[in-house]
Amino acid sequence: MGLFANFNISGSAISAQSVRLNTIASNLANVETSASSEAQAYRSRQPVFQAMLGNHTRPGEVGVQMLQIVESQEAVNRRYEPGHALANEEGFVFGSNVNPVEEMANMISASRAYQNNVQVLSTSRDLLLRVLSLGS
Amino acid sequence: MPISFERAFSIHDDALLLRGQRTSILASNIANADTPNYKARDIDFDAMLRSASQQQDGRVVMASTHRDHIARQSNAMQPGLMYRNPLHPSLDGNSVDSHVEQAEFSENALMFQTSFSFLNSKVTGLMKALRGE
Repeated sequence: MGLFANFNISGSAISAQSVRLNTIASNLANVETSASSEAQAYRSRQPVFQAMLGNHTRPGEVGVQMLQIVESQEAVNRRYEPGHALANEEGFVFGSNVNPVEEMANMISASRAYQNNVQVLSTSRDLLLRVLSLGS
Repeated sequence: MPISFERAFSIHDDALLLRGQRTSILASNIANADTPNYKARDIDFDAMLRSASQQQDGRVVMASTHRDHIARQSNAMQPGLMYRNPLHPSLDGNSVDSHVEQAEFSENALMFQTSFSFLNSKVTGLMKALRGE
């Protein structure tokens, strides 16, 4: 209840945002990944968040969880490189559809959200510690 | 004159409790800043405090307009949650403006500390009276 619930709420958000940072890291790491077919090509992954609405939670005290990870349906980058080790019979190599600029902007957003939740946690902890000193 | 905790603490204990609960509501909003279709919520603090301090036993009773109405009691600790009016529409249906929520959270934390300071001075005052120093 009350301030104690904040540890669960902000904790769940920190965990969700760190999954988001993880997927961004995978996306950025695989920008230059090549494959020999469109199906095998690396596609940008994005987590989808969902509010944790359970029966055990009180109204208004809602954490967040990851619902699923979706892959971007944008066209993958196809280039003609017959000399490439992974080129198909026609000489095409399929790169990823990761947009590094988009991922960097996404990373800033994720890290700001992460910081917000850490700040909420530390403020809640300070308030609780102050309450413990009541009467002294 | 008898010492009454109810009178000594006046509204500060209720205010502290409500401020504590409001932190969780605002923390939920901040936590769900990137959740699609999440709607930011908040309580009307003044109205909640008024109803909480009017009830001596800490319970909110519905107003009745007829003597046969059955009094339905609800727990005062379940604040009347409302939805925040978003300043900007967003494509994913999320109505959280994280800057507004941050500002509200820090204001709420400050008011919590204010209520706590009042309560603390009341408690130390009572302790002094008990010790007779």
